Amino acid sequence: MSEEENDTTSSGKSPVVFERVKEQFQDGVLDLSEEFDELSLVAHRDSVYEILEFLKNDAKLSYDFLVDVTAVDYSQMEDVLTKYDYARFMVVYHLYSYKTGDRLRVKAPVHEKELSVRTVTSLWKGAAWLEREVYDMFGITFENHPNLRRILMPDDFEGYPLCKDYPLRGRGERETFDFERQNA
Amino acid sequence: MGLENRSDDNIITTTVDKVINWGRKNSLWPMPFGTACCAIEMMATLASKYDLSRFGAEAIRFSPRQSDLLIVSGRISLKMMPVLKKIYDQMPEPKWVISMGACASCGGVFDTYTLIQGVDQFLPVDMYIPGCPPRPEDLIDAVMQIQRQIDSGELPKGTLSDANSASVTG
Ligand code: SF4
Repeated sequence: MSEEENDTTSSGKSPVVFERVKEQFQDGVLDLSEEFDELSLVAHRDSVYEILEFLKNDAKLSYDFLVDVTAVDYSQMEDVLTKYDYARFMVVYHLYSYKTGDRLRVKAPVHEKELSVRTVTSLWKGAAWLEREVYDMFGITFENHPNLRRILMPDDFEGYPLCKDYPLRGRGERETFDFERQNA
Repeated sequence: MGLENRSDDNIITTTVDKVINWGRKNSLWPMPFGTACCAIEMMATLASKYDLSRFGAEAIRFSPRQSDLLIVSGRISLKMMPVLKKIYDQMPEPKWVISMGACASCGGVFDTYTLIQGVDQFLPVDMYIPGCPPRPEDLIDAVMQIQRQIDSGELPKGTLSDANSASVTG
């Protein structure tokens, strides 16, 4: 454990990881926050890959485990929308460091007009399925992903169910789904 | 009965159907299709405490071709329904279907875009079990009711609704 170097719950002073990321990527970092002992970092869409790469490969930080990739549709949360230039989605990465035991949340706002982020499968192979799920549920694409297709919904499903404008009961898929063709 | 009067005490007369049905009802071979929490109760029913083997139905087959009682226990999604249908189609007749729990029977609390609102839209269900989840006793009761049906010579729903039940759509 390297508590002195990477103390995330230090009283008052900013956590080491924030300092390091800020000095490396000045403009790439949009926001840093610490709440309930949890660290969150909002990164610009174009630098999020580099930031994740840095967090993973830096010998001291060593966020070597990608816990989850997910996304949030903020289309109904005005305060978040205004804060991040009306970016509708946030892609969220949860990181964990086996070395220090620290966790970190990295978020990247994504606009509807350029609905894509660079894939992190080159950093963590396990990201492949997680990113497929984000694509399946939100329609966000991941550049250079090795196999970006739906993972939970049927391949010919239309729409992205976890978007806030998608009705809970669907758009009639339950009635029109072709069970015979799928069965063949 | 006349014949029995003239023979020894250890000989009875009956019909072939009755003997076959008697054997059939006491050796149901369930095909478990457990996709959610209800499957846990199904497992409990099969385990030693509730012991479905007392009713002759403990030989669980994970191969549809060796079973005659499909127990659908859990949520069935849009994508899973064709799989379930295929498994049902592979079971040799006569075959019975138990729809266990609220989800399998009507979608339960999951009235959502991806969940089948009742497998009976696609399968001929012989017995519904209410509950979320139903207790093991309820599953035993359903199995016993199916046994009673078999005993009375009643045919399963699947046979009545002709071989082409596939044409029934939601
Ligand atoms: S009926 Fe209840 S217990 Fe059974 S699968 Fe549905 S939610 Fe689970």
